[in-house]
Amino acid sequence: MWMMRYLRYIKELPILPIFVATFILIVAIFAPIFAPFDPIQGELDDRNVAPMWTDEADGTQDYLMGTDHIGRDVLSRLIYGARISLLVAGVVLVAGAGIGTILGVISGYFGGVVDEFIMRVVDFVIALPFIVVALVASVVWGPSLELVIILLVLFTWAGFARQVRAETLQLKTTDYVALAKISGASTTRIIIKHIFPGVINTVMVLSSLQVGNLVLAESVLSFLGVGIPPPTPSWGSMVADGRNYLSTAWWISFFPGMAILLIVFSMNFFGDWLRDKLDPRLRQL
Amino acid sequence: MRSLILRKLIAIVLVMFALTLLVFALSHATGDPRYLYMTPYTRMTSEEWDAQGKEMGLDKPFVIQYVLWVKNAAKGDFGNSVHYQRNSLTMILENLPATLQLSGVSFLVSILLGIPIGVISAVKRTSIIDYLARGFALLGQSVPPFWVALVLIMVFSVYLGWLPTSRRGDWTHYVLPVITLGWLPTAGLVRLTRSSMLEVLDSEFVKLARAKGVGHVSIIWKHALRNALIAPLTYAMILLAGFMTGTVVVETVFAWPGIGRLAVSAALNTDFPLVTGLALVFGVMFLIASFIADLLYGLLDPRIRYE
Repeated sequence: MWMMRYLRYIKELPILPIFVATFILIVAIFAPIFAPFDPIQGELDDRNVAPMWTDEADGTQDYLMGTDHIGRDVLSRLIYGARISLLVAGVVLVAGAGIGTILGVISGYFGGVVDEFIMRVVDFVIALPFIVVALVASVVWGPSLELVIILLVLFTWAGFARQVRAETLQLKTTDYVALAKISGASTTRIIIKHIFPGVINTVMVLSSLQVGNLVLAESVLSFLGVGIPPPTPSWGSMVADGRNYLSTAWWISFFPGMAILLIVFSMNFFGDWLRDKLDPRLRQL
Repeated sequence: MRSLILRKLIAIVLVMFALTLLVFALSHATGDPRYLYMTPYTRMTSEEWDAQGKEMGLDKPFVIQYVLWVKNAAKGDFGNSVHYQRNSLTMILENLPATLQLSGVSFLVSILLGIPIGVISAVKRTSIIDYLARGFALLGQSVPPFWVALVLIMVFSVYLGWLPTSRRGDWTHYVLPVITLGWLPTAGLVRLTRSSMLEVLDSEFVKLARAKGVGHVSIIWKHALRNALIAPLTYAMILLAGFMTGTVVVETVFAWPGIGRLAVSAALNTDFPLVTGLALVFGVMFLIASFIADLLYGLLDPRIRYE
């Protein structure tokens, strides 16, 4: 079983990044339990209240990370915002990696016109400036969660397809694939039993390296106002909320930004570690 | 070399074709494209409505509409901005120099910092400098750019009062935007230069040069670096893509009057002609830059030319 291979690494896992990621995941899943206040409905009397541990705190209630410009608890919004970030990253990763891997294997294994076509599409997607396409799309359809996910999937699969194709080209020429062919294995069987286990490492490494980028991309779109529409809390739009209150209420922008930094940093760190362990050839990614 | 140039030029034409097709398709994605060329405040009589339809060729087949649209776009006519009621191209050209200045300076800074830091980090491997450089790089790739910008403003403009918060002006206005925009590309360059330097330093020809008694400095900066630069150069394309996103974010935060900020305000104003015009201009800039990167790559590495 190829799953067994991963068990070997558990002993030397980078503890801190994994702890951070798991922590954020748990908080996101059980958001209603952890969040002390309503993330959407604010207390208008408590606008821009400082965090309870600072000297300026003067709200009617204690807010660990203060409140924003319409009196919503920053911590609660942060907790619910984790849901959005992880949901987007998770869905996009599964869809993007799935589509990319399938197309990459097809492209590499069958070659010919199919390969040529898929690779030209990949070139095109990679040559597109993501942010600009996102801006145009938001004008046409209006910003929404679905649009963010679709856009990110459109831009994520190409990287997977290109890398998986390269791996498949190599695997195709190995002796065991030739032997499988000779012994009469069907194409489907060869792809599933012999090619797929060979590319799974690459897919894992690429996925773990992508998580951070996806969280960042979603937050950038939300910050610019073309991502997740309000009032749904998203870390990117929370930072944007605090832009006009930098000198009076720094906590509105500061904490969500820290949250993004924390999760992206841990995932990048973890991705780097996984790559060095599983597939050092990918070092240049 | 000539065949490389030719191949890349054909690729550019194909991508441009696909890009225009994409934008055209988007204008039809929600039904009547005329709706995208108006704001909630636009008032039209039904005669004007029909006249506009005729002008855009909506009564003709899609192919003709596309040709009409491309013809206008090629002449630089993307339609008037519906929000500002001015020609889109004129507005883009007015805002372009500011963007080019900012990204030019950031590009230079990131190359001048990223490559030397990467080299030193590789040569002094596992030293304190190496760890610092790698930490700086890993952090740079994880930190959200808009937040860095805000923290910088908070510290250096609001709290310390050393630097201006926004807009264009003398050199002090460049410091914070350039740091924000340049960090990510610098981080990428450091990592790539480091890893490809490590590989090259381990190669036979470097050992030969050592054996022949070539000086340490000359080995690193002449023999090794020239070969190690190939990987960071291929990265130039990703770097430039990062700059596109970067300029949009940085210009928005620092109120820098460039096309990135224009693109965001166009998107928020649902200004379709302006935003598509910008998409095409961004696309062209991106293609030209990656074309130059490809040529440089071909010049540096003869193997690419004959592929």
